[in-house]
Amino acid sequence: MRKFSNRYIFIFSTVMVVIVASLLSLAATLLQPAQERNLEIEKKKSMLESIRVPATRKNAVDLYDKYITGSFVLNTKGEVLENVDAFTVVLRNEQKKPLEEQYLPVFMSVPDNGEQVAILPVEGKGLWGPIYGYVSLLPDMNTIYGVTFDHKGETPGLGAEINTTWFESMFHDKKLFDNEEFVSVKVVKGGADTNDIHSVDAISGGTITSKGLEKMLFDCIVKYEDYLIENRN
Amino acid sequence: MSNKEKEPIFSAKNFKLLTTPLSTNNPITIQVLGICSALAITVKLKPALVMALSVIAVISVSNVVIAALRNYIPERIRIIVQLVVIATLVILVDQILKAYAFDVSKQLSVFVGLIITNCIIMGRLEAFAMANKPWPAFLDGLGNGAGYGLILVIVSFFRELLGSGTIYGYPVIEKLGLYSIGYENNGMMILPPMALIVVGLIIWVQRGADKSLIEDK
Repeated sequence: MRKFSNRYIFIFSTVMVVIVASLLSLAATLLQPAQERNLEIEKKKSMLESIRVPATRKNAVDLYDKYITGSFVLNTKGEVLENVDAFTVVLRNEQKKPLEEQYLPVFMSVPDNGEQVAILPVEGKGLWGPIYGYVSLLPDMNTIYGVTFDHKGETPGLGAEINTTWFESMFHDKKLFDNEEFVSVKVVKGGADTNDIHSVDAISGGTITSKGLEKMLFDCIVKYEDYLIENRN
Repeated sequence: MSNKEKEPIFSAKNFKLLTTPLSTNNPITIQVLGICSALAITVKLKPALVMALSVIAVISVSNVVIAALRNYIPERIRIIVQLVVIATLVILVDQILKAYAFDVSKQLSVFVGLIITNCIIMGRLEAFAMANKPWPAFLDGLGNGAGYGLILVIVSFFRELLGSGTIYGYPVIEKLGLYSIGYENNGMMILPPMALIVVGLIIWVQRGADKSLIEDK
C-alpha cells in the first residue's frame, strides 16, 4: 500500500468531512418539508384512531377536518389559555417545564357515536425511547371511548405491540375515576380480571413498556384532573 | 491494463462472490457476524425484510465507494473513513425513508441507525472492498447483504409463525382453525433467546448437510 504523508491525511480528512457534511445538510434541508408533512399527517391519523375512526395516510387530513371540532389549551388548574394553538404544542417540551407553566392541549370531537368526546394527548417513556398516544373520553370525563398508542423504538413483537388493535381495544369503556379518586388504568402482568374497570392485560415480554405506559397514562391525565371533574356531564 | 484481457462482468469468479455468502460463506451462520440485529428484529417477518433490504443497499453502495477510493484512502485512517461512509449512507437511507416511506421508517425505527454498527458491513469493507475493484466489491456487498437477509427471513418466518401464529401479519393459524382444537402460540418464540436457538438450528442443519463446513479437529 502507498505511504501517505501526514499532510495528505490531513487534507484527505478535511475534504471528506466537508463533502459529507454538505451532502447530509443538503439532504436534510431538501427532505424536511416532506418529513414534517408526514409527522403532521401521522398526528392527525393517531387522533382519529383514538376516537375509533379508522384513517389512512391519504384521508387523514380530510377526516381530521370533519371530525375534530375544536381545540384549546389548559393550564394545570384547568383554566383555558388564550392564544395558544393546541395542535402545535409539543408535549415532550411541555413536560420539561415546571408543572404550573405546562400547556395541556385538549381536542374536542364528535365521533360516530354522536357524543362530544375530549381527546387528551399522553407521552411517556417505554423501554428504548418515548411512547405516546391519545386518549378520548366520553362526556362523563371518566369513561374511555378509545385510545391509540405509538412508540419510537420499542421491540417489534414485544413492547411494540402497544400500537396494535388488540391491546388498544382493551381500554374501551375503562374508567379513570374510582368514585371521586383518580386511579387511571393499570396494566396488569399475568392478565387483568375482565370485570375490573380500572385495568387491562400487560404484554408478554413487554413488561417495561407496559409499566411505562401505565405510568404515562397516570402522569399525563392526572394533570387534567381539575378540568375533568369540573366538566363532567 | 490494456494488454490484459478484460474479465467478463459475470465471470465464474464474480458469480461466486454473489453466491457463496448465501451458502458456504454465509455472514451469519458461518462467520457468525451481525448476530445482534439478527436477534433483535426477527420477531416479525416484515421488519426483518425491510431491515434486510436496507442492509443490502447500504453494504453494496459503501463497498463500491470504498473500492473506488481504495488507492486514495490513507491506511492509518482507513477505519474512520469506512465508518464515515457507512454512517453517511445510513443517515441518508433513514432520512429518505422518513420522507417517502414513513410507515416503513416507523417499523424499523432505531434499527436503521443500528445498521452503522453491523459488523458485516465493516467486515466486508475492510476485508474485500479495500483490495478489490468497485464491480466485484458491489457483487460482494450484494451477496453478503442477501446472505444476511436470507437468514433473517428464515428466522423471522419461524418466530412469527410459532410465536404469533401469523405470516407477514396474516393469521394463518387462526384461518386453519388450529386454535379451536387446542393449539396455542409459543410465547417463548418471541423472546430474544429463541432467535439464538433458531440460528443455532440453522447452523446445525447447514453443517449436517455440508460436511466440508465442519472444521478439522
